[in-house]
Amino acid sequence: MIDDRIVDHVARLGRLELSPEERELFRAQLGSILEHFRRLDALDLTDVPATSHVLPVANVLRDDVAQPSLAREDALGNAPEAEDGYVVVPPVIEAE
Amino acid sequence: MPASLADRPAWELRALYRRKAASPREAARAVLDRLEALEHRIHAYLFWDADAVVAQAARWESRAHREDAPPLAGVPVALKDNICTRGWPTTAGSRILDGFRPPYDATVVARLRRAGAILVGKTNCDEFAMGSSTENSAFGPTRNPWDLDRVPGGSSGGSAAAVAAGEATLALGSDTGGSIREPAAFCGVVGLKPTYGRVSRYGLIAFASSLDQIGPFARDVRDAALALRVIAGRDPADSTSAEIEVPPYDEQLAGEVKGLRLGIVREFLSEGTDGGVAAAVREAVQTLRGLGAVCEEVSLPHAPYALPAYYLVAPAEASSNLARYAGVHYGHRTARADDLYTMYARTRREGFGPEVKRRIMLGTYALSAGYYDAFYLRAQRVRTLIRRDFEAAFAKFDALLGPVAPTTAFRLGERTQDPLQMYLADVFTVPVNLAGVPGISVPCGFAGGLPVGLQVIGRPFDEGTVLNIAYALERATDFHAARPPVASAAR
Repeated sequence: MIDDRIVDHVARLGRLELSPEERELFRAQLGSILEHFRRLDALDLTDVPATSHVLPVANVLRDDVAQPSLAREDALGNAPEAEDGYVVVPPVIEAE
Repeated sequence: MPASLADRPAWELRALYRRKAASPREAARAVLDRLEALEHRIHAYLFWDADAVVAQAARWESRAHREDAPPLAGVPVALKDNICTRGWPTTAGSRILDGFRPPYDATVVARLRRAGAILVGKTNCDEFAMGSSTENSAFGPTRNPWDLDRVPGGSSGGSAAAVAAGEATLALGSDTGGSIREPAAFCGVVGLKPTYGRVSRYGLIAFASSLDQIGPFARDVRDAALALRVIAGRDPADSTSAEIEVPPYDEQLAGEVKGLRLGIVREFLSEGTDGGVAAAVREAVQTLRGLGAVCEEVSLPHAPYALPAYYLVAPAEASSNLARYAGVHYGHRTARADDLYTMYARTRREGFGPEVKRRIMLGTYALSAGYYDAFYLRAQRVRTLIRRDFEAAFAKFDALLGPVAPTTAFRLGERTQDPLQMYLADVFTVPVNLAGVPGISVPCGFAGGLPVGLQVIGRPFDEGTVLNIAYALERATDFHAARPPVASAAR
């Protein structure tokens, strides 16, 4: 049920470039893993709500008061490329 | 010959310091000597700083004996490498974070520092905590101190091996699907996964945010209780950390189980469990029964569905959390990209290892349009059934018992070619994470010369009962006192 088209689509969604070997490997492995997980289909889940989180907490609020935070140079200290207080990335918008 | 200071538990070090029979400098030296003697064979650490260890020990040298010294004054502690340490490398076992030095400490690290701990270094782990053997580390596997041809478990294998071998007195790990309990069992030490929300996750490199929890490794239950007391509690920086009082766990250990109702999980002692493991667990149940606990079988009928549910939910959350590793803010960036998309995709190709890529693929697939309902949503509904199983069991029992893993430590390389075989090591630990309840691994015997762990599972925020049951077993047996041959030989 997992074919090359799905592998390519998912890799693109996940922003993950695959080598030809990885593409082949993941097609086979995802197929067999998901096949194994099909055992969940045996359960009747009608009217069973989803659990996304085990704690009964929602919207934890605090007073909106400024707190000391990282200095800009510390926050940028690990960036592969930074300039004038910004991270640098390749062009996002094509020039005319 | 008395045991080396490297093999003493933290509470004993404290007592020795008080009597001035030992000092932090001596304990730190003993741990560093052990580390230097064994590290080339075990590879528990990715980073350590001997000078910093000596400097931290010196800070407590003249104060650790005082009555008002903080609880871990002068105690050497190791940290899993997915826990942020200001100025120290933090890679989570991944090439993509090679060279990353966080500008801040995780909350648990700040709490350890305040408690007087001597931070030794960063321990090896499966990349981004994804794995059950530490073989997925980009920096080479850790070896099990009990048998160097075997895995230490994972993903917190370095922390478990360090504590087992005397390369640290205590260690922290993280547990998303068993990553503290399984390596603790494989290495013959105590490992505790607290209730979800008990310990702040601020500064823990996120894997699956609804499941991740930090917890301690220790050589005995008292030490695990002491360490939990130090790291637990509400933290404004983690909105999921619970506003629930932290009891003085170490002072409340009574070892009394008389009248406690303990449920033996039937599904965990099925035919899939190794005979030696099942025998050691049954023996532990007999011991607790002998101490007055009422032990009866209980069923968690949906437990067999926990593994697939977990391996859909956790990769789904991971695929989202790992989106941040794209060569922009920190870590590796590919040298070969002229546009943004290629920079992201190629950076990730170069920086991530095979298991992380596999889980990103699996998680992205489970969340993608057309498959979301069939996989992700279905898994979250199964999660509800698993929670209800635990709620029903805890209506009748004070705690649940079973093995931590179906086998003892397996051989290096034995499961690396087959992801599903590797995932099966987590079959008894993942239900606990899905339900968010606390679980401990406590040594309960040996099978074929390798340690076996008993898993004690408790009600939410009832770590006290879990620790107390483990303590009762520990006092009635002496499995926790056994040291791996490699550590005994190093002295």
